[in-house]
Amino acid sequence: MAKPAVLTHPESLKRPAGPSEYAKDPVNASMSKAEKIALYTKMARIRHFEQRCIRIYQQGKIGGFLHLYVGQEAVAAGTISLLGKHDHIITGYRDHGHGLMVGMGMNECMAELTGRVTGCSQGKGGSMHYFAPDKNYWGGHGIVGGQAPLGTGLAYAVKYMGLKGSCLAYMGDGAVNQGAVHEAYNLAALWDLPMIFVIENNGYSMGTSQERSTAHPGCLAKRAEGYGMAWDVINGHDVYEVRAKTAIALKRAHEESKPTVLEIFTYRYFGHSMADPDKTYRDKEEIKEYREKKDPVLAFEQELLREKVLTAELSQQINDAAMAEADKAAVFADESPDPTVADITKHIYWEEDNRGPDTTSRGTIIFE
Amino acid sequence: MAVISYREALRAAMREELKRDDKVVIMGEEVAQFNGAYKVTEGLLKEFGPKRVVDTPISEAGFIGLGIGASMLGIRPVMELMFWSFSYVAFDQIVNNAGNIRYMSGGLINCPIVIRGPANGGTNVGATHSHTPEAILASHPGIKVVCPATPYDAKGLLKAAIRDNDPVYVMENTILYNDKGEVPDEDYIVPLGVADVKRVGTDLTIVAHGRAVITSLKAAEILEQEHGVSVEVVDLRSIRPLDEETILASVRKTHRALLVEENKPFCGVDAQVAYLIQSRAFDELDAPIHRVSSIDAPQIYCKRMEDQQLPDVNRVVREALKVLA
Repeated sequence: MAKPAVLTHPESLKRPAGPSEYAKDPVNASMSKAEKIALYTKMARIRHFEQRCIRIYQQGKIGGFLHLYVGQEAVAAGTISLLGKHDHIITGYRDHGHGLMVGMGMNECMAELTGRVTGCSQGKGGSMHYFAPDKNYWGGHGIVGGQAPLGTGLAYAVKYMGLKGSCLAYMGDGAVNQGAVHEAYNLAALWDLPMIFVIENNGYSMGTSQERSTAHPGCLAKRAEGYGMAWDVINGHDVYEVRAKTAIALKRAHEESKPTVLEIFTYRYFGHSMADPDKTYRDKEEIKEYREKKDPVLAFEQELLREKVLTAELSQQINDAAMAEADKAAVFADESPDPTVADITKHIYWEEDNRGPDTTSRGTIIFE
Repeated sequence: MAVISYREALRAAMREELKRDDKVVIMGEEVAQFNGAYKVTEGLLKEFGPKRVVDTPISEAGFIGLGIGASMLGIRPVMELMFWSFSYVAFDQIVNNAGNIRYMSGGLINCPIVIRGPANGGTNVGATHSHTPEAILASHPGIKVVCPATPYDAKGLLKAAIRDNDPVYVMENTILYNDKGEVPDEDYIVPLGVADVKRVGTDLTIVAHGRAVITSLKAAEILEQEHGVSVEVVDLRSIRPLDEETILASVRKTHRALLVEENKPFCGVDAQVAYLIQSRAFDELDAPIHRVSSIDAPQIYCKRMEDQQLPDVNRVVREALKVLA
């Protein structure tokens, strides 16, 4: 199948994979050894969590849709590793990696997939609807592009309260043709919101390549120009590059209160969801090529081995620990109780969950 | 007690809440510089400035979604839709996001947002601008809907809606904007989910909401003057939450019920009310429940016909007499 001509493409992607050109960027050079190891550990944890999910899905314990993040780890890891107290994130349905990056536990994430009351949303959200507002993570949204306006609202609120913060709204390359995304672009630019739209371009909107879905393909980030917004393209296989270029957008948000569109080129190794047999729209060779030559977790491991931050033994320990953690989470998710029938009608209304003499609602609100 | 218009009552509610809570923001198309397409927000920009009263582009999915997102962080946006008919281009935000986020997050998040604006036919503007989506929206758990009929209720319900921690959709009526009524000078709210007996009677209960309440009160007067019938008019005020007990208490007293709404009949609010009455007060009924709704067609443009498409006083009287026969 013909690939679209990529007109706006990160320079580093045009060259063979090798040592990161962004290792010496201040935002990376200033990282301590411990911070680098922690970042690698988080990427490895996402990888092993997702791979463990495949097994549980195949055992029939995860219902609904399961959109895996394997191959895209450097996007969430690179961007979220830069965020501070007043920076918020929101994303679409491929949301596990972001959740683990903000510090959600594997147990609560895995238990949500199996629909348990111990899940992050008490079994009410599922794979596509992770939330951790205490960690500035506002979902986890199932409708393509629907989170973009919400993200501008988070950025609006941050600005309204006079805080030096931002919102990063993630979406896939399929979302860029949704009207809600363009409306969000317009508002973010019109009102100078501290907003970063992150397009995680993995090449396919479900099974439809960009060439078949998008007019003037290969220029997704450049659409920002139509709204007078800054934009950049990033090699999403290199976590250092993700950090270096996201840091510029973050500074623009914090110091100038201006939005940016970042298009991060990445790749997913599995189908759109586990329901996608992944046989009709791309070659196995293409997947193999990415896995062997551009894998973001392996690339960062190599980088850190070259820097002598990591040793082979330490890397092994990190990966073993991540696998063991995922295994334990799988057991936890399997053994946790379901929500009860009574739980079905909780968490619908704040006023109902907190009904008292001071609340503003009376009458019947849940119907038989 | 001052006598003010429905429009002024809504404005007073927003002014008082803007003063009370600095997290309250008024947002919508033409709400600031233009002073509101229907002048409901007139003068608020001048009084509170552009941070609190914000003009948006014509971009309902964008700005309503933005308001929902801001509400998750504790801002209390009061969003104006020029017409509730325009909510249809923002349906994903209004239903999927505002209505579901609390649930899908297992109660971690709530969206204290108000969306308000007119939702009515009868203004000779054709089908696209005449939708009454209260039943559509109230059918989604997670969403609250209120439909004030008088200045007193307009102010009290809007103030309650702004203080409420859930999404509340306030559906007004352009035909009522100039109606006047008594409104207290002191602070008050009308809690959501509390119906109001607008007229006390003994022979027939009319349940209505929105402008249908006004129509029903006029019909009740005629029924009393010309037919000697004592009619009780229950104004729902709030669709969800619904004050089931007030409806049932009235029906248990009069033993006859007529349900009047400006919605189309299929799956209208009154379909739910009729079910409620038959399921919990069946033995109290001396006659079948009747309904008066808009004639079941997209809203007609022709003014003379549109006036007949909507429930009018004559049709309500006629139908009431059938229930009483």
